[in-house]
Amino acid sequence: MRAVRRIAVFGGVYSNYLALEAVLEDAADRGAEAFYCLGDLGAFGPFPDRVFPLLVDAEAQVVRGNYDDSVARGLDDCQCGYTDPRDNHFARLSYRYTYRRTAERWRRWLGRLPGEIRLDANGTRVLMCHGSPRRINEFLWESATSTCFLDHLARSCDADVVLATHTGIPWQRKLSGGRLFANVGALGRPANDGRPEVWYALVDFAPRARVRFVPVAYDHVRLAHEMRREGLPEEFVETIMTGWWTTCLEVLPAKERARGCY
Amino acid sequence: MSEPAISAARDNGHVPYVALDHLDTLWFQVAGTICNLRCTHCFISCAPDNRSFEFLPLREVEEWLVQSEEWGVKEYYFTGGEPFMHRDLPAMLESALERGPASVLTNGTLLPRRMLAPVAAAARRSRYSLEIRVSIDGPSPETNDPIRGPGTFARAMEGVRKLLDHGFLPIVTATQLWAPEEDEEVRRSFVARLRDIGYEKPRLKIIPSLRIGREAARDRGYAGGERVTSGMMQGYDAGQLLCSASRVVTSRGVYACPILIETEEARLGSTLEEAARPVRLNQSACYTCWCHGAICSNYGGIGLDNS
Repeated sequence: MRAVRRIAVFGGVYSNYLALEAVLEDAADRGAEAFYCLGDLGAFGPFPDRVFPLLVDAEAQVVRGNYDDSVARGLDDCQCGYTDPRDNHFARLSYRYTYRRTAERWRRWLGRLPGEIRLDANGTRVLMCHGSPRRINEFLWESATSTCFLDHLARSCDADVVLATHTGIPWQRKLSGGRLFANVGALGRPANDGRPEVWYALVDFAPRARVRFVPVAYDHVRLAHEMRREGLPEEFVETIMTGWWTTCLEVLPAKERARGCY
Repeated sequence: MSEPAISAARDNGHVPYVALDHLDTLWFQVAGTICNLRCTHCFISCAPDNRSFEFLPLREVEEWLVQSEEWGVKEYYFTGGEPFMHRDLPAMLESALERGPASVLTNGTLLPRRMLAPVAAAARRSRYSLEIRVSIDGPSPETNDPIRGPGTFARAMEGVRKLLDHGFLPIVTATQLWAPEEDEEVRRSFVARLRDIGYEKPRLKIIPSLRIGREAARDRGYAGGERVTSGMMQGYDAGQLLCSASRVVTSRGVYACPILIETEEARLGSTLEEAARPVRLNQSACYTCWCHGAICSNYGGIGLDNS
């Protein structure tokens, strides 16, 4: 069997099928041998059913996110973990739209997704999950997560490399014993950095595990146009156009919040 | 590891226990019960003359911080009393921020610049966030001052302004002492007042009142039925309760929860090892935590309602 050298890993598709197409193409051009999606296929964007065939055709392996879990089980809310009323208001709008527009066959498909994926890349043990190895909707922000805690997580799940998403902003940290943690960010919306590109991660395994975050431009103007046509909130459209988050801000820790526009 | 991580809640008669799933959060009752204010709703009766819990010495806090790394602690909280009464708070925060994110719960009425400057410098140097939570219990002197004392609204708002000057984005924390249907109006008023003083990204957290300590006399204590029972833990994610992931270091030992330090039964031991044992949810205040989740954390509060 040929050794795995490079994989592409992305989180939070949020129904952004245009960004997904662009990322799959970009990653293939850069020599990614396999695609991994860390969940939350719906939310935020238009036409949720359009992302599934793209993932299936690309043979992407997909982890179940909290959104996927909610849609599959028909829950009342997205389990994103917001506590602020404004954040919850927008989360509800987004979830209702997504749930209504997700076909029954894709809900069943979401229900079959695994909670985590493990990969042995030439002896490097990789664990891929949505929030954290222990909790589907745990927020692991760069400025709110100690290194000793990440060491604990990696040790507890017997992994050399832990890859997660859920927060939407990419970052990585070297851990003890040569271990590595990376939050691969989300490709469904920009990373609150004032640019419309979205980010995914290329993970190399030779000679040792290394994560590189890659920005990808896509037709975000078309997406914005379609979101407006679907009646999605103008606040969501603004984020797609400007790269600044306008909603779901109250879960951000101080440093991440300070870097954004709102 | 199990996923989702639901702490084991087991029966013992009718009172459930909650196991420590992992020590995510280490709290320091750094100013003990000593506070420059005497709020009428304080759940641990803090006051200038309440010395039942003393200040924690800097050396001890540093020893706990070193230990905390072996436990894989994710973040630190500093509370009191009023933490800014402790002259070593800047040194403690600097030490904590070398290891992980930290939060300080303050009434915002002191915040001397000689302390804020080094604290802000430590926050800038650290890769981790330092959150400052400022307690203000209404969006006006008329609503806040009867609870927190004459002039405290103006002083706390001045504190918020000083924090903004030093580059912080404080989280204003208000106890819901108004009718729930007034939430939206109160939030709007708070946001307007904060914007008035130049806070462009106002952060606001509303928490329920805890009907123990002075609050039991101010309003009312818990009713007989307001208790957590085994039945209420069936299908409940115990991970929402602070005691499933936190312990509190005080001058008199390690406690289960920052709310319950005046409850002797909530004292779990002198060391983290001793305090890692399960916690019995037999206190009436546990009911509020059960209803609203980990209300003492930065991102819990009204909005996550299980009642």
